[in-house]
Amino acid sequence: MVTRRNVVHGAIFLITALLATAGIFLQLRAEFLFIVQIILYVGGIMVLFVFVIMLVNLDVALQQIQFARKKWVALLVALALAAQVGLMFWSSGKMPGQGLPVLTAAAAASLPPNSETVAHSLFESYLLPFEIASILLLVAMIGAVVMAKKRT
Amino acid sequence: MQATMEFLKLYWAPLLCGVAVVAILPLVAGYIVLVERKLMADMQARLGPMRVGPHGLLQPIADAVKLLIKEDIIPDNADKMVFWLAPVLSVGAALLSLAGLAIGPAFQIAQDINIGILFVVGISAMGIFGIVLGGWASNSHYSLMGALRSSAQLVSYETAAGMALVSALLFTGTLNIKSIVEVQSQEGIWFVMLAPVAFFTYLVASIAETNRAPFDLPEAESELVAGYMTEFSGFRWSLYFLAEYTNMIVVASVATTLFLGGWLRPFAGVPWLNFLDFVPTLLVVAVAAYCLVRAPKQPTRVQQFFMLAVAGLCFVVGLVLVAPVVLPIAKPFYAGIHGGFWFIFKVSLYIYFFMWLRFTIPRYRFDQLMRLGWHFLIPLSIINVLLIGVALIAGSYFNLHGWGLLLVTTPAAVITLVAALLILVAEKERDAGQDPNAASDFYAG
Repeated sequence: MVTRRNVVHGAIFLITALLATAGIFLQLRAEFLFIVQIILYVGGIMVLFVFVIMLVNLDVALQQIQFARKKWVALLVALALAAQVGLMFWSSGKMPGQGLPVLTAAAAASLPPNSETVAHSLFESYLLPFEIASILLLVAMIGAVVMAKKRT
Repeated sequence: MQATMEFLKLYWAPLLCGVAVVAILPLVAGYIVLVERKLMADMQARLGPMRVGPHGLLQPIADAVKLLIKEDIIPDNADKMVFWLAPVLSVGAALLSLAGLAIGPAFQIAQDINIGILFVVGISAMGIFGIVLGGWASNSHYSLMGALRSSAQLVSYETAAGMALVSALLFTGTLNIKSIVEVQSQEGIWFVMLAPVAFFTYLVASIAETNRAPFDLPEAESELVAGYMTEFSGFRWSLYFLAEYTNMIVVASVATTLFLGGWLRPFAGVPWLNFLDFVPTLLVVAVAAYCLVRAPKQPTRVQQFFMLAVAGLCFVVGLVLVAPVVLPIAKPFYAGIHGGFWFIFKVSLYIYFFMWLRFTIPRYRFDQLMRLGWHFLIPLSIINVLLIGVALIAGSYFNLHGWGLLLVTTPAAVITLVAALLILVAEKERDAGQDPNAASDFYAG
């Protein structure tokens, strides 16, 4: 993502990264989070990202030297992350009780339905923080509209 | 190796279905196009495609061959990778979202996913990237303009469609596609009766989401050449086309599942209306009889034979449809066969309505389209969700079920319509205060 000079290519890689995150949710049998990740981040936010990227003048941005200088650092960080993940996978088979929890189909079927669980924890256990967060978002939204409005 | 075999054993049926869908869908899309051309011709008092096969029945195959052997042009300054990726993304998202749909109780590829309807909607929303990236990668102003328009349009109408889905989902309390239809079967009433405003909202939003006329602004031929697919030709263009028609099938199926009772027969729970089970057979046999009557009038011998073959095929389908009703042995297959028929029938009606609209209503202007979305449909759908929630609470207070729920949902619908009228009046007044010639032109080109 960081190694690309073209912003749209970077956006495509970001989409891939978000989809991969959704895949991790799915592997943890959190279907609801999986689809919400796709609908909100991939289907909503990234579309707006790409939309804005296309509106700005790309040619000007391309001539400037951007973050691309640091691509070796980025590569190192990415490699370190990959090594960590690889280590986790490798060690999960070695030691019992450690590493990744792998669910079998039977065990997964006994789990409570995912969307219901999310709803219960959001609207029963954590109702007040949820409402506060939504009011905060609403305030931010109204603020954005007021700032974006043309002064006539 | 063993793991692969296990996987195949567990998943061979879905895999097979998946391969079948990918293989059959281009054909289905081709025949939808043929039906569309025939309908357009009929409404414009002409004949439509008549040359290839009797009444142009082989036209889709000829079209497909033409598209496949066309030259594949990539513009010089195009971004090659993204240009390649965009149509694939579009068609991939559309095909993937088909996996969640249930065509009758027996046919569903990804069976019983907990998030069924969200899966279908969310995955098909990813197809928008195909459009946006394709428009950008072509390195052409017309394409970019089309892509910008379409992303703005899709994002704004997705909200209205989502709200409409929510108000139908309030009745079910589940996202699983099979359970949604089962709830409608238990209640004995389709949700289109309980939430007519939501159905209308979804209808309009789904037309906008599939880029169909009167909302086909992204590819407005008279203004933008062909919008985001201006630079695409041959096979890539046909991929976009396939994605568009698949998306039509997807939105029609979602609407059928949620609002029109899925694979349920009309009045499924009423015993004295069981003679309706013969309707599918009668329909198919009528088509067969028509083919038999018309066969001798075909100009060439080959076309006569072809007509007879179509009639024979229809008779066989009719036999398959009538068998579960008449023969006790075939009784177990009743739900699968008739469910499939009714589902496909309803989806076809929905798509027919799309085509009808396309040939009836002229295209909207872009600012009108955005206004319809943001100023009318989104407020309307939000009010509708609120009122249906209130109606459901009242319904559970009075312990109402099935048709009884109409007592509380009808007032909700009426109040929503009054609110819609108020919105329209407010819009009119705002218009009166403005200069009528000052059309706002955000990205209108």
